[in-house]
Amino acid sequence: MAEALAIDVHGLTKRFGSKLAVDHVDIAVPQGEVWGFLGPNGSGKTTTIRMLCGLLRPDDGNGTCIGYDVRTEAEAIKRNVGYMTQRFSFWEDLSVKENLDFVARVYELDNREQRVAKMLDRLGLEKRQDQLAGELSGGWKQRMALGACMLHEPKLLLLDEPTAGVDPEARRQFWEQIHTLSERGLTVLVSTHYMDEAERCDRIVYILNGKVVTRGTVAEVIKQSGLITFVVRGDNVRHIADKLRHERGVEYVAFFGAVLHVSGHDRHALEQALTPYRQQFQIEEEQPSLEDVFIQLQEAAA
Amino acid sequence: MRAFSLRRLTAVLVKEFIQMRRDRLTAAMVLGIPVLQLLLFGFAINLNPKNLPTAISIDDPGRFGRSVVAALHNTSYFEIIEQTNSPVRARRLLDEGRVSFVVEIPVDFTRSIVRGSKPSLVIEADATDPASGSYALAAFNSLATTALRDDLVGPLAARAQGPPPFQLITHLLYNPESVTQYNIVPGLLAIILTMTMVLLTCLALTRERERGTYENLLAMPATPLEIMLGKIAPNIVIGAIQSSIILLVARYVFGVPMLGSFVILGVGLIVYIVALLAVGYTFSTIAENQLQAMQMTVFFLLPSILLSGFAFPFKGMPTWAQWLGEVLPATHFLRVVRGVLLKGNGWTETWPEIWPLLLFLTVVSTVAVARFRRTLD
Repeated sequence: MAEALAIDVHGLTKRFGSKLAVDHVDIAVPQGEVWGFLGPNGSGKTTTIRMLCGLLRPDDGNGTCIGYDVRTEAEAIKRNVGYMTQRFSFWEDLSVKENLDFVARVYELDNREQRVAKMLDRLGLEKRQDQLAGELSGGWKQRMALGACMLHEPKLLLLDEPTAGVDPEARRQFWEQIHTLSERGLTVLVSTHYMDEAERCDRIVYILNGKVVTRGTVAEVIKQSGLITFVVRGDNVRHIADKLRHERGVEYVAFFGAVLHVSGHDRHALEQALTPYRQQFQIEEEQPSLEDVFIQLQEAAA
Repeated sequence: MRAFSLRRLTAVLVKEFIQMRRDRLTAAMVLGIPVLQLLLFGFAINLNPKNLPTAISIDDPGRFGRSVVAALHNTSYFEIIEQTNSPVRARRLLDEGRVSFVVEIPVDFTRSIVRGSKPSLVIEADATDPASGSYALAAFNSLATTALRDDLVGPLAARAQGPPPFQLITHLLYNPESVTQYNIVPGLLAIILTMTMVLLTCLALTRERERGTYENLLAMPATPLEIMLGKIAPNIVIGAIQSSIILLVARYVFGVPMLGSFVILGVGLIVYIVALLAVGYTFSTIAENQLQAMQMTVFFLLPSILLSGFAFPFKGMPTWAQWLGEVLPATHFLRVVRGVLLKGNGWTETWPEIWPLLLFLTVVSTVAVARFRRTLD
């Protein structure tokens, strides 16, 4: 029997006026996996997630989320999915506990008080339960939001850039939570701009101008790209960046701190372009990073 | 750094103009609504109301009775909507507020004049609003000398000379001393509630939208009806407290008489308050931002003051304006509160004003629930 799919949508499409925001997107996420949803700003990630959780009606395409039709059973999806919005969307003039209480009541949960108390305990929010949500720092807000969207024990979590503006330690703790949840069988689709987060996912989907351009494990995505990257090290590497950009075979040049990544698909042309600099700089071929792949995809589309 | 820089001022000015231009709908409202209001209220308001609805209670077969009726009509202040021979029936019309005056032409009016016994012609005026009827009463008082001028000929010509052939008696009902406050203060209950109740809910959803919590609300399983009721209900308490304060002040500061039943007034109040809260909530489902919601509230408040009969005599407005006024909840509630307090009206007289409020509430709530979208489309 085929693996059960938590998300299984085909040809999902959404237009806003004449703009095609999401263009025939297929996503199939097996139960219990953590998938990363990547793509530049405005590529259609939020729109796709909103269609998956029943907040937007797709113009075209069909499929299911945890077994419910995305076109006709939006209300059932809302009940069984945990959705965390990109912008903090809880009530800043309610305390942490009051926010969770409200959510528990709207979902008509039994044993409301115990559930809320357990969630506060689990997320380490007990001491802050009476603090107004608006007074929390970014990391705590995000933690509270995660708690609120898990209170009704959804089978699928849709997280829209949950870690934007959150410090590294809070991000690390957040991802530990996600992995603990996924071990218990929860499926997670999380959009992010952070490469380290993408690397924590079982699989990633990369979307560009509303279309899925690549998908798979991180290794698969890098391999599929066929990209060759040379890393240039040495003093004053900045001076050669502009020259290299105009060489044949060089598809893009990017700085990673003090080192330069020079990437393209034509190994021979790349080597030729770099030859004049081999004396002055240390040049080695390295496996392209995920970021190299994404930058190249974005540059190629532009 | 200079204390005042024209360049910095210009920077702010340019930014504000750009933002003003972007928000077309608000700009249109700010410019369009005043013009609309100017025309609407300019044509509707009339401080010298004519054609006031009048009932004639007549029990006189003679021609002088008919002449008086014709003379009343000719003043153009009285529009006779019913002639009856039952004084009880005429009084009932006055109680229900369907007529402003009852003119009673007594039994054997004609014969009494012929005999020269100076019969009385009684006008009963609804004085809840003392100002609205004053011109009409002045016109009535001129009838004594003019009404029968053409009839008193031949043997009766002598009656046309000297003192008038009949007496005029004016009875001011419900507010015999013509205390303006008795009319204005209960009216203020209607107007103050319109202002505060609509304001309370008009930001209900726009605020959620502007703070970004709307998306979360939509992502949860709450239904539009549940959200509407949940947002309206707590404000009913505020409305009830406010009404109690106004009524206490009316009673103990202004000495407004309270003849009728507080149960009836309470029922009217609850229906009125809920209807107003529903209006505000509906505005909040339509408005894109808080400024628009406030504009809509003002747009609703002004006709409630000007066309409801609060500030100007309702019956003096042109028919189209009266129709507009009939749509407003304030119009009906004004009649409820003035009727119950000043006239001691019971259910029979009050119900005709309650059901329009209920109808209004139903229509407005339906619009609100229909306008509330369950998706972000």
